[in-house]
Amino acid sequence: MPAISRILVANRGEIARRVFRTAREMGIGTVAVYSDADADAPFVREADQAVRLPGTSPTETYLRGDLVIAAAKATGADAIHPGYGFLSENAEFARQVAAAGLTWIGPPADAIDAMGSKLGAKRMMRDAGVPTLPWAESADGAAEVGFPLLVKASAGGGGRGMRIVRDPADLAGAVEAASREAAGAFGDATVFCERYLDAPRHIEVQVFADSHGNVVSLFERECSIQRRHQKIVEEAPSPAVDDDLRGRLGEAAVAAARAVGYVGAGTVEFVMAPDASYFFLEMNTRLQVEHPVTECITGLDLVRLQILVAAGEPLPPEALAPSITGHAIEVRLYAEDATNGFLPVTGTLREFEVAPGVRCDAGVESGSVVSPYYDAMIAKVIAHGASRGEAAAKLAAALRASRIHGVTTNRDLLVRILAEDEFLDGATDTAYLDRHDPAELGAALLDDAGRRTHAAMAALALEVVSRAAAPVWSRLPSGWRNNPSQPQRVVLGVDGNEIQVAYRVDRSGRVDVDLDGQPLEIEVHARVPGQIDASIDGVRRRYRTAVSADRGTVDVDSPLGASSYVVVPRFEDPSHHVAVGSLVAPMPGAVVRVLVRAGETVAKGDPLVVLEAMKMEHTVASPAAGTVSEVRVEPGQQVDAGAVLAVVDAETQVDD
Amino acid sequence: MPVLPDRVDRDAPEFAARRESLLELLAEHDRQLALATAGGGERAVDRHRQRGKLLPRERIELLLDPDSPFLELSPLCAWGTSYTVGGSVVTGIGVVEGTEVLIQAHDPTVRGGAINPFGAKKQGRASQIANENRLPVVNLVESGGADLPTQSEIFIPGGAGFRDLTRKSAAAIPTIALVFGNSTAGGAYVPGMSDYIVMVEGRAKVFLGGPPLVKMATGEESDDEELGGAEMHARVSGLADYLAVDEHDAIRLGRQIVRRLNREKLGRPPAASYSDPLYDIDDLLGIVPTDLREPFDPRDVLARILDGSEFDEFKPLYGSSLVTGFGQLHGYPVGVLANARGVLFSEESEKAAQFIQLANQSDTPLLFLQNTTGYMVGKEYEQRGIIKAGAQMINAVSNSDVPHFTINMGASYGAGNYGMCGRAYDPRFLFTWPNAKSAVMGPAQLAGVLSIVARASAEAKGQPYDEEADAAMREMVENQIEAESKALFLTARLYDDGIIDPRDTRTVLGMALSVAHNKPVQGRRGFGVFRM
Repeated sequence: MPAISRILVANRGEIARRVFRTAREMGIGTVAVYSDADADAPFVREADQAVRLPGTSPTETYLRGDLVIAAAKATGADAIHPGYGFLSENAEFARQVAAAGLTWIGPPADAIDAMGSKLGAKRMMRDAGVPTLPWAESADGAAEVGFPLLVKASAGGGGRGMRIVRDPADLAGAVEAASREAAGAFGDATVFCERYLDAPRHIEVQVFADSHGNVVSLFERECSIQRRHQKIVEEAPSPAVDDDLRGRLGEAAVAAARAVGYVGAGTVEFVMAPDASYFFLEMNTRLQVEHPVTECITGLDLVRLQILVAAGEPLPPEALAPSITGHAIEVRLYAEDATNGFLPVTGTLREFEVAPGVRCDAGVESGSVVSPYYDAMIAKVIAHGASRGEAAAKLAAALRASRIHGVTTNRDLLVRILAEDEFLDGATDTAYLDRHDPAELGAALLDDAGRRTHAAMAALALEVVSRAAAPVWSRLPSGWRNNPSQPQRVVLGVDGNEIQVAYRVDRSGRVDVDLDGQPLEIEVHARVPGQIDASIDGVRRRYRTAVSADRGTVDVDSPLGASSYVVVPRFEDPSHHVAVGSLVAPMPGAVVRVLVRAGETVAKGDPLVVLEAMKMEHTVASPAAGTVSEVRVEPGQQVDAGAVLAVVDAETQVDD
Repeated sequence: MPVLPDRVDRDAPEFAARRESLLELLAEHDRQLALATAGGGERAVDRHRQRGKLLPRERIELLLDPDSPFLELSPLCAWGTSYTVGGSVVTGIGVVEGTEVLIQAHDPTVRGGAINPFGAKKQGRASQIANENRLPVVNLVESGGADLPTQSEIFIPGGAGFRDLTRKSAAAIPTIALVFGNSTAGGAYVPGMSDYIVMVEGRAKVFLGGPPLVKMATGEESDDEELGGAEMHARVSGLADYLAVDEHDAIRLGRQIVRRLNREKLGRPPAASYSDPLYDIDDLLGIVPTDLREPFDPRDVLARILDGSEFDEFKPLYGSSLVTGFGQLHGYPVGVLANARGVLFSEESEKAAQFIQLANQSDTPLLFLQNTTGYMVGKEYEQRGIIKAGAQMINAVSNSDVPHFTINMGASYGAGNYGMCGRAYDPRFLFTWPNAKSAVMGPAQLAGVLSIVARASAEAKGQPYDEEADAAMREMVENQIEAESKALFLTARLYDDGIIDPRDTRTVLGMALSVAHNKPVQGRRGFGVFRM
């Protein structure tokens, strides 16, 4: 195998940056490919060279193996790292890469194929002596499998083409539905039945194999806390695995890898029942999102090992005799609303600054746009501590102190999980978020009083900026009046509510603040752009503030929590008035269906328009009974968040 | 750089006593300001608000840039008269879209915003300030026109207001009228003569004659909207350039207009960075005596208002009753003339005349800090030519072309008021501290003079002199003069641009200097400086 001198990463975001980092450390050149939506992304700038893949959707861009290989040729790259997702488990692509004379930084195509079929993989594992859940290849064997069981698409993934069946009477229907879905989604209607474990732990083992016959286990990770079948908290080692179990899991995983002639980084996933019995689930033939926790506890650089192995070198001694130091926890920061069904959120990250002391693998930076086209994960934050408790505390503290504004994230949910008793006891399983309502656990850390305090700080931050930017009289006292008749006023919007902040700066610089008519006991020690030092009720804190360039938003962070405010303009251009009863798009997306016509009478709650965004359908319903006076969109139209879709003239309200 | 020392003993009992006494005067001043702000009183304000209208100061606050300062002018105009304090109009200087503008707002809660003789004078002064300093004018109009019972005092001279509007326009000083309500009869020419006119839909009424007058004059039946509604003017007559949907919208449009005026200040910009004074300006309350017989050193004032407390004194050893020198205030260079011990002798007068010429040579604005009992009298001084010396000083003040700013810190008596750039000498701005007084001479001296003259007259006629009547006369005259020389009396009559808290002196002068620099600052040239 040839030495590798320049790597193209056929991926985007944090994983592209992650691979580039190690490549740079090894003196290897870097090449990025990017879609139009990612043209300004940090990973594109950080690469030595970059090639545009025209378009925005994954099928036009990151899934176009031919374009990726052409890009490698054009830039003189001699190896391709697929990252995770996209083309990473596409055996055909792996073959094309090799055929093009390039080095594939991944497992052999045959191993990918072998593991790509769930059914085939299960058979192979059973034969290799790896514990598997009872299964049957047709509904006839269901009785032997036992209930509850899972009807699963052989070619499936990501929860699609899956049905849980608890009652034998439902079996036939579930099989039919699952195979129809599988045929639609994967082009393969094959389904099988597998014993279903309620609320197991998700335990996976990182394995590494080289082309010299070495296969090694780099210990387990636990990734039980999931939402919508996606992991959000991952750790290593698992609190449920002792040395003996670790040894057995490792042996099973190594056996699995050997069974398919594996080379490179792979992950063998198991489900584990409360009695510590474990069963093979599947093998991921790529680097995992959560690989950093393994790196933290072993001190190994897995991307470096991948590159070495791809170049034909044996695994280095430190990888062949790994050991565990401390405990690492990773959380995935998603641009989503955890309190609202994990609805993905898009927009511009005004601020993105993760507190120091933890590892942050981010695809974004301050000013980055979170687009609707790709996965909503914006960063992974990883803490390594001497103990599990220490790692959790460190990670929670860092997340709290991070400044993330402009796009709603699951940060507050993650902070609460890291401090939650069951989690701290290590009592985690895949039903964790069924037991703990994400709407509650994900609610803002900042309470009402904090939000009001922050509103005062937001108003003062605006004041500091408006004084500093004043072209005349900027050094004269703020808001000075020789005949004071009223305070300065600013109205701030937060979560659909408005807070009116009134304040006056007196001759000596003392600031009087009043929130919605209630005076706030506040002593301002210093206020400069970006920071306000103030005491409230005898507690002095530093409030970090950021005012957007158009002064339309203010972000405030303090030990109390984080909040963002929209500045309600003093004046509204009447031509921008939105007609009463206007229904606006909750997010950017495409109009799928328009269910009403102008002039139709609608009842409260009637669906009017259906939008598709982030692969999910959102129905916009009538807020009241009335008549549709206008419909402004048609099917297929792309709309921005806030666009008016339809207008409903509500009937005159009659009090009940 | 010479830095003025801090010589104030804050623990001295006199310091506390002065402070207390001045705070009392300030509290009194605040009570009078509250009267001005109250406008036409609670009922009129409630009625106005019930119509969904904003008060004049609310309109102004919305118009101004957030957090920017606002200098209200002549707020106590008409104090102590039968008219409402404030004169039914609010005037001042503020910043709109980064531009310094002069704002005038009728107070419709005071007799429908009708203009009385005091309000007319106040508007005249505001207009003069706009002219002298090249300030765009924004009129917030809602006035029923002239106060009819006093029309004889307003009607004929009042025409000057309209003349001045169009002369401003001719001088490229923009004028903007935001019409919120009635602006009828003569008042219709306020918008009529303006460069830009915004009218509030359903509210603005601009016509020469209302329905009753039209009916009487021509027999025609008509209504308000047809005669002068905002929509009619926007769509039909073309008098309105912009139709606002409500008051907020009118103010938004006003700001939009100012943003596009592309105003540039023609004076030299202030220093990019400068230091604050080293000492707390709050000390002024304990430095300044309310008893005018007690002298104080103006350097203690300068140490608290000049940048970095730096002051380069000119001719310190000559004519030491008048302190002259150069410094900087909020980044602008200033020449200072400040009375030190009240009396002006020939030396002080000559020093002043020379210093004023020097400031004109270097285009340096002048700051007059008044605390003078006047020019010295007496045989010796007359014979040494005190009139000639005083005339030199008054000549220099009168013909100086750099902007002048005057603060009456205490006494401003006799011709000293003239030499130290009193109101008649057209300083760009003149402000008074609440302890200050001004008159031709002190009340006791004036009553004494009257008594001596009366006694001489009686003696000449060989009549006996009524000592009791004399005492009564003296007391009456003393009381009258005392009352008429007080700051409140003077400010009510527009003899200044307002009473200010001494602690605001630096701030107010900073604004005034900045405003003056909308025009080029250019001194008088022609002769070399006369060394006196």
